[in-house]
Amino acid sequence: MTLSQKGVNELSNPYVNEPMLDLYIFESMQLLEQMELLILSNEKSSSYASEAINEIFRIMHTIKGSSAMMLYNNISTLAHSLEDLFFVLREDEPRNVDYSELSDLVLEGLDFIKVEIHKIRNGDEADGDATGLIESLRVFHATIKGSDFKVEDQNLADGAVSHENRTPEKQQYYISKVRTETTSLRNTFQATLRFEQDCGGMENIRAIVVLNDLADLMEDYYHLPEDLENEDSARIISEQGFTLFLKTDRSLEEIHKVLIETIYLKDLQLTNVENSELFNDLHQEREILLEDSSVKLPAFSSRDQVPNNYEEKEFHSGANQPSIISVSVAKLDQLMDLVGEMVIAEAMVTQNPDLKGLELNNFEKAARQLRKITSELQDTVMSVRMVPLTGTFQKMNRTLRDMCKKLNKEVQLQLIGQETEVDKNIIEHISDPLMHLIRNSIDHGIEMPSEREIKGKSRLGTITLEAKNAGGDVLIIISDDGEGFNKDRILAKAREKGLIQGSEEEITDKEIYNLVFLPGFSTNEKVTEFSGRGVGMDVVVKNIEAVGGGLAADSVPGKGTTITLKIPLTLAIIDGMNIKVGDSRYTIPTTAIKESFRPKITEVIVDPDNNEMMMVRGQCFPILRLHDIYHVKTDVTHFTEGIIIMVEQDNKTLCLFADELIGQQQVVVKALPEYIQNMKKVRGLAGCTLLGDGSISLILDVGGLIGYRQATKV
Amino acid sequence: MADSVEQDTSDQIEDTQKGKFLTFCMGNEFYGIEIKYVTEIIGFQPITEIPEMPEYIKGIINLRGKIIPVMDVRLRFRKPFREYNDRTCIVVIDISEVAVGLIVDSISEVITIPDEEIVAPPSMTKEGNRYIKGIGKVGSDVKLLLDSDKLLNETDLESLSDL
Repeated sequence: MTLSQKGVNELSNPYVNEPMLDLYIFESMQLLEQMELLILSNEKSSSYASEAINEIFRIMHTIKGSSAMMLYNNISTLAHSLEDLFFVLREDEPRNVDYSELSDLVLEGLDFIKVEIHKIRNGDEADGDATGLIESLRVFHATIKGSDFKVEDQNLADGAVSHENRTPEKQQYYISKVRTETTSLRNTFQATLRFEQDCGGMENIRAIVVLNDLADLMEDYYHLPEDLENEDSARIISEQGFTLFLKTDRSLEEIHKVLIETIYLKDLQLTNVENSELFNDLHQEREILLEDSSVKLPAFSSRDQVPNNYEEKEFHSGANQPSIISVSVAKLDQLMDLVGEMVIAEAMVTQNPDLKGLELNNFEKAARQLRKITSELQDTVMSVRMVPLTGTFQKMNRTLRDMCKKLNKEVQLQLIGQETEVDKNIIEHISDPLMHLIRNSIDHGIEMPSEREIKGKSRLGTITLEAKNAGGDVLIIISDDGEGFNKDRILAKAREKGLIQGSEEEITDKEIYNLVFLPGFSTNEKVTEFSGRGVGMDVVVKNIEAVGGGLAADSVPGKGTTITLKIPLTLAIIDGMNIKVGDSRYTIPTTAIKESFRPKITEVIVDPDNNEMMMVRGQCFPILRLHDIYHVKTDVTHFTEGIIIMVEQDNKTLCLFADELIGQQQVVVKALPEYIQNMKKVRGLAGCTLLGDGSISLILDVGGLIGYRQATKV
Repeated sequence: MADSVEQDTSDQIEDTQKGKFLTFCMGNEFYGIEIKYVTEIIGFQPITEIPEMPEYIKGIINLRGKIIPVMDVRLRFRKPFREYNDRTCIVVIDISEVAVGLIVDSISEVITIPDEEIVAPPSMTKEGNRYIKGIGKVGSDVKLLLDSDKLLNETDLESLSDL
């Protein structure tokens, strides 16, 4: 019994913490991205707008608090230093700030936190050491402070910090004083809380959390120790407990319910203080203090209202904006699968063979309704998965900035059509390739500013990142106005690496430019930190091909280079043509099909190696018999009995021979079982799908089939 | 700590399944497979062939929207192929998250074979008992206990080279 009891307690803990951890990671990452954008946009104007400073201060404050809560001390101390820094910027508005250095430092800090959060996400220990960074932040902090004499309490060494600590408290009393005059309070409670020893020395933070939890219930309160932001208070709380006096019109039970839910709570004493003298005493003391500092008060309050205002603003904008929740992608995938099942189940019902030849008017009506709803449902689920490219595009700003600083080049990034939406799965695959391409453009494409001036271009290079819809695909075009590809150098390199066969006269310019996508190709003689190892393009091609996309390059010497990525909108559902070979069914993506026809025997040519070919409108294409390569038994072996489907991918065309076409259908792509995949990678199969009757059809991979033909030829 | 507790509970589940085997018949022999691996038994259903697979991988089936591969255990053991009939069953097993259907001649029963009734297979130089983990004695009968892991994952060198 005791064992199982303990088991429940022990087990429940990780499950309770996990959503919190997820939320922490998610929120922090969002805040960090937001902050990065802010910094980058402000850096250009070489001074920080006051809203931006406030916003960054608020973000750092949030991250500091939540990291301390989650016991990630390295993150929280770093966030604390950053917060201090922005506090000074906000309060003192120093003039001689080197904003470029500031941005560097802050971005470095951001990167550190990002790395730590990545570690946490992967289940590793967040063990990074930020001491060096904190030290440089401190130095910077001292520099901007030391040179500023305008603010009166500047001579205090830790002025900013203690200042900040003092103010919120006075703010509290100020508000409470006003309130006590207007509301009548029925109950006064005294609560003493003690926390677990192992809560990590963050007792004061936990106490603040308690206050936040109670904020809506309390009319007025006073707590011991008074100063919760001070490090010492943690020690006091751990020794003496955290004592809270509060006035409220809620009942003892309600307050108790809230308090007992405090995490790491060891001990709670909640009593109704009938005689509220103690409270009044303390309260009056506050009021006196308040009047003493009344001269300063307006200044304090106006300063401290900044965070308050922010919260309010956020609240308002939250009400106006469409409300958004974050959902795990796994759940979406599951939903997607289910909808796919439903589409199939719907077909199974409405096209049930048992219904054949029956006159069912009402059933038909209901079936039509069902079909309409399922297709709408499918569209909606698909649209849920669609994410605008904005985030991915914005990330490039950072790459651009870092590269320009390192290489001393001047480049601006122009973003067009970033609202174009793409499936979430695909977004994840194109971020790295885009970054590589941008790096390549800056490193190889854009010239040094001086060089550009000589050539009569503006000093500032431009890289344009454009996204647009084109049928079932999205085109992402990266163009720069740099020097363009050097055709001769590419050719020379290709020759050296043995990448071209045959005579060079036959190669078109476009083909030459596309040589750069071959593995191991890099024309940059020097290997720089960013590019030149010849692996970048390789990764780009691999990533893009992994999502079923393609790349093309074009260039005008001296004018610039354009690289076009073609990526499909989604991976999950494709338009497919179902075909039959013997008892097997196959599905070919409709996008790959050029035409299908019944061949005449005179059009078929057989070469001495028994390769079959077909003449269509004066052009000759190879024929691949599906029943032959997949060893399917079928009666249809003569070309005149079956059908030829002409498919094309990457400008290569192939004629597939099958028994007959079944029909066109939207199909949900499913991967082949892992067990099968591990056993052997079957050439020409991209996956499988369920047909309306519940049977399985294999999805053909046209690119693979074209390769098959070539492989067997060699 | 949490791990050890989790271990406890899974141990308990294992306890109720320990020593229990699903037995099925193939030809003249009875085989047993540990019940903890078995997720369900379904009747025979049409199989979609996958090209270029070893002979014993018959293809894939649609199990309520989940696509799983099926293996003909007869062919896996190099026994002659037998036409499927209405007694042919597919035993769906799940070994470390990999679901596979096993085609067997017919299902017999679930029996308990205590550890002391299980003997190690005699070591033969021939590959004959590669997939057999032990031999269970039930009364006067003998059941061959399958090593499911090897059944799935042992690469059959010959069949691969056949391709």
